[in-house]
Amino acid sequence: MVTITNIAYLIAAVLFILGLKNLGSPKTARRGNLLAMLGMLLAIVVTLLDKSILDYTYIIAGMVIGAAIGAVAAKKVEMTQMPQMVALFNGFGGIASAFVAYSEYIHHGGHVFAMDTSITLVLSLLIGMVTFTGSMIAFAKLQGLMTGAPIVFPGQKWLNGLLLLAVVVLGVMFTMDASLEVTLIVIVAISAVLGVLSVIPIGGADMPVVISLLNSYSGLAAAATGFVLSNNVLIISGALVGASGIILTQIMCKAMNRSLANVLFAAVGTADSSGTSKSTEKKTVTEYSAEDAALVFEAAQSVIIVPGYGLAVAQAQHVLQELAELLEEKGIEVRYAIHPVAGRMPGHMNVLLAEANVPYDKLVEMDDINDDFQNTDVVLVIGANDVINPAARYKKDSPLYGMPILNVDKARSIMIVKRSLSPGFAGEDNELFYDQKTMMLFGDAKKMVTELVKEVKEL
Amino acid sequence: MDQVILVSLYIFVLAIFVGFEVITKVPPLLHTPLMSGSNAISGITVVGAIISAGVGNSQLGKILGMLAVISATINVVGGFMVTDRMLEMFKKDKKQQQ
Repeated sequence: MVTITNIAYLIAAVLFILGLKNLGSPKTARRGNLLAMLGMLLAIVVTLLDKSILDYTYIIAGMVIGAAIGAVAAKKVEMTQMPQMVALFNGFGGIASAFVAYSEYIHHGGHVFAMDTSITLVLSLLIGMVTFTGSMIAFAKLQGLMTGAPIVFPGQKWLNGLLLLAVVVLGVMFTMDASLEVTLIVIVAISAVLGVLSVIPIGGADMPVVISLLNSYSGLAAAATGFVLSNNVLIISGALVGASGIILTQIMCKAMNRSLANVLFAAVGTADSSGTSKSTEKKTVTEYSAEDAALVFEAAQSVIIVPGYGLAVAQAQHVLQELAELLEEKGIEVRYAIHPVAGRMPGHMNVLLAEANVPYDKLVEMDDINDDFQNTDVVLVIGANDVINPAARYKKDSPLYGMPILNVDKARSIMIVKRSLSPGFAGEDNELFYDQKTMMLFGDAKKMVTELVKEVKEL
Repeated sequence: MDQVILVSLYIFVLAIFVGFEVITKVPPLLHTPLMSGSNAISGITVVGAIISAGVGNSQLGKILGMLAVISATINVVGGFMVTDRMLEMFKKDKKQQQ
């Protein structure tokens, strides 16, 4: 039976890998998810058949409750809320690992632990708890339950370092004498505090990095638990998820031109975005009405739409797609340029637009579309700011300097839908607003696009 | 260090490499579903949780196990369902298909 169980686990692991592989293309992605689901089902069924299980009450109760909560959450969640949802799920993954590890300790009565098992047990509790409380803070920040601004106090890094050191010392103590349950409890408590303290200094705009990192942690927590239980399917799956989270973290950091250390410790995004709005009075802005803009569209052959998170906040995705379809009916080529940090988590903008029925082949990544801007008649920017700011290319003292941007300024004409001339997250004034070929369409994104639709229809 | 944990370590390191290989091929277009999907996969902890909740004589151990089953199942069910919901929305341009 043990052999059969382990072979089933191996098949499950293979199905996970194939599932992730199929996520490599939108055509096969859904099948990939199904494959992974199948792997999970297999692993669960085989585990339920384990002969050492004497009592199914707790198992069934737990599965029913968990499945109900999970299903409702998955059905109800709005696509704009995906970052919070993923943060929450990361947290559940972390706490599940910690629970399993602690439960394993109790079942063993503590004293029969080998040294290596003790080490992995401590790791499992540490990573699990940090993932849990860290994710809860990330969730609270994204959901607006607490301030998105960084919370910093003097000596914060020292305190975090000290706490981590305390976990290491206690961990060594526990490894020496596994019957010391109290050390384990203190480790759990300190790890929980550490999770909170390591996420509160990170600003709301950096949350995409944080949830990617916590995603990775949740995988590592599962892997650590796998070491405690000597269960290879946990180790493999945990390693896959850990790798995935690390890759996404890297991509997000690169897209913001920040190092991970800078995101985690620099507390960027403090509420003072005031300093840079100087000497703007002299520059002139060209303001257009929706009617004027419609005429510009009519003369165009190619249009690139640059959506930012402001678009989703205004719930203007659907009406924007209506506009795109109208333009296409007139024979104009329309595409969307997606900056990696356009949404609130990796790939978020793509999901928001897919929900608005934008075909995925119209969604083009930054690197693939950046050379096309120079041959484009009109770029329509909605709710994006920092990711199109040319200051990122040359202005060395700007917080944006070095960040890869969309080459919107290369296009023949630019339309920017915006409420006002205020700078973006980075607080850097955007020279594009004052460019001669820029037409500013002031107003709420949804209202303005709705007007554009009306005007284009009347042409 | 005994053999079992060494073998586990081998598996862990190799699996990380597999993960890197496979996941770097996922396009940014699908990064959100990748996150929620991999989240569901990390819910594999449910396997350990089931055993914790079903074996042994310690009531506390079993209750902790049940809590683990609940959290991990939320992850598994919620993660796979929401990923499917998202992937269902990704459609190719109909006009070009014709």
